[in-house]
Amino acid sequence: MIQIKNLYKSYKMGTSSLHVLKGIDLNIEEGELVAIMGSSGSGKSTLLNILGMLDVADKGDYILDSVPIKNLNETKAAKYRNKFLGFVFQSFNLINYKTALENVSLPLYYQGIKRKERQESALDYLDRVGLKNWATHLPSELSGGQKQRVAIARAMASKPKVLLADEPTGALDTTTSYEVMDLIQKINQEGKTILVVTHEPDIAQMCKRIVKLKDGVIIEDKKVNQVLASSYV
Amino acid sequence: MFNRDRWIEIFETISKNKLRTFLSGFTVALGIFIFVILFGLGNGLKNTFQEFFLDDAGNAIFLNSGKTSKPYKGFKANRRIEFENDDLNDIKENFSFFLEYLSPRIDRNATSSYKKESNNYNTRAISPGHQFIEKTILMKGRYINQSDIKGKRKSAVIGRLVAKDLFKTENPIGKYIELGSTTFKVVGVFQDEGGDREERNIYIPFTTRQLIEKGNDKLNSIVMTYRKELGHTGAVAFEKVLKKYFKEKKSIDPSDTEGIYIQNPTDDIKQSQDFAVVLQYIVSLVGLGTLIAGIIGISNIMVFVVKERTKELGIRKALGASPRSVIQMILQESIFITTISGYVGLFLGILVLENIGLNLEEYFIKNPYIDLGTSLSATIILIIFGAIAGYIPAKRASSIKPIVALRDE
Repeated sequence: MIQIKNLYKSYKMGTSSLHVLKGIDLNIEEGELVAIMGSSGSGKSTLLNILGMLDVADKGDYILDSVPIKNLNETKAAKYRNKFLGFVFQSFNLINYKTALENVSLPLYYQGIKRKERQESALDYLDRVGLKNWATHLPSELSGGQKQRVAIARAMASKPKVLLADEPTGALDTTTSYEVMDLIQKINQEGKTILVVTHEPDIAQMCKRIVKLKDGVIIEDKKVNQVLASSYV
Repeated sequence: MFNRDRWIEIFETISKNKLRTFLSGFTVALGIFIFVILFGLGNGLKNTFQEFFLDDAGNAIFLNSGKTSKPYKGFKANRRIEFENDDLNDIKENFSFFLEYLSPRIDRNATSSYKKESNNYNTRAISPGHQFIEKTILMKGRYINQSDIKGKRKSAVIGRLVAKDLFKTENPIGKYIELGSTTFKVVGVFQDEGGDREERNIYIPFTTRQLIEKGNDKLNSIVMTYRKELGHTGAVAFEKVLKKYFKEKKSIDPSDTEGIYIQNPTDDIKQSQDFAVVLQYIVSLVGLGTLIAGIIGISNIMVFVVKERTKELGIRKALGASPRSVIQMILQESIFITTISGYVGLFLGILVLENIGLNLEEYFIKNPYIDLGTSLSATIILIIFGAIAGYIPAKRASSIKPIVALRDE
């Protein structure tokens, strides 16, 4: 599903440049649930941003679902993001004046799907994350866990190839974190490829594979025995 | 441009961000409202001015004589210039192209009496054309006519106040009054909008006056009107050729500024019109200033709005919004709001102008108005600048990478 070869990325800091990624090679198959771990500054968020086409690599190849991702302008990147990727952020990033339902249907709007279909589909995804009854509520009326579930429903609504989650549990307490991970695991069991950036070991243990980054290189890449989040809930 | 879904999206955004919508709408509505009011009041001031100075002025030209100040062709300086009857004929013959009405004037003061009543009035000897030059309005009887002139008859047309003083309630028509030592028959009574002084005049045929004064042919002055369609330029040209003609005829040095005087009210009219133009400029300037203030206002709001939405735009981009659709959304939204509120402001402004219009006459503002063209263009200008002011920050916001926009503060 995802093939990365020899990926480099550096940021200019005045006269010197800061090398964040120093040659990353990574292959992710369809249906995997991968945790990307590392301390802050290890380059894990940068890697996720490049995978999410929110940022561009200096050097290296990136192939997503057999499509080489390069020379993207903003319009093309927007199109690919909409077609291939779903995002889940640490701070949820819901639009605060839109209801849960409207937030979930927004990516479908950008896919040019008709309003009625959009709403039906969005309601269906809200149902899957267990928030059908909260469809007309604004984000401010939802708890942190509920917000993240709306965000996951939104990420899923566009039927992406890959779900990218940047510290999805970073702003949540332990119990809520496990609920969110339970949801992510269920989505993964349905066959979706998911990447989770996290620095919490217990969250990483709930994935099927852990990739550890340090100073811009992969220092460890191992399959793990998945801990089911549902056993904690 | 028309896409139902996009409009629904925009309506939702507008209705859920009431403060933002209100702020930008209010700025535009207020700008247009003030523009309409100020421009309208300015126009009202102009109306008053025009009525004050322009309506009463006619197209009359007064030809007066005086003493020369320079010697010329063997004549000494300080010679008195006088008009005679043949000057009238010369004007008729040579300037018929310019001329509308023509009359001489010979003014004399005389004690006038009827029965026991008597008073001192100005008798003005004229010809029939004078009625139109002076805009005399006849109340009773008739004016001096051509047979009066030819027959040198002792006919008199008396002013309303003369009739009131001398005849009280009696009908003056057909009665005889003494003017100086001569008896005249009253043939008409007139009124004049020029005021009481005008209504204390008595008009008699100029030929009769000349007969009384031992058959001379002297005239005090000559008054005439020019054809209105000539306009100011024509009137000035007329004045010029008339002056030249008489300087030559009366042997006056062409460079002598005295001897012949021509009083041409069109000069006053021209000055008044020039002043009106200046007034118009001031009104326009006030309007322009208001408009610029409005443009600055809407620009500020738009910059603020886009800044406030940076994160939302980042989310939209992460979800697959193209830069173009982001710009389009912001523009369509801002144009929609400014158009609606612009017309609300326009409508309110015109409404207020109509309602206060009648109450302001004592403040020299009469019938304030704004023509639809001006007000519509002002509204459209404000909408366009609102769109430009929205476009620049929207363009910038749309090109920010979503990752930057989404970065937690």
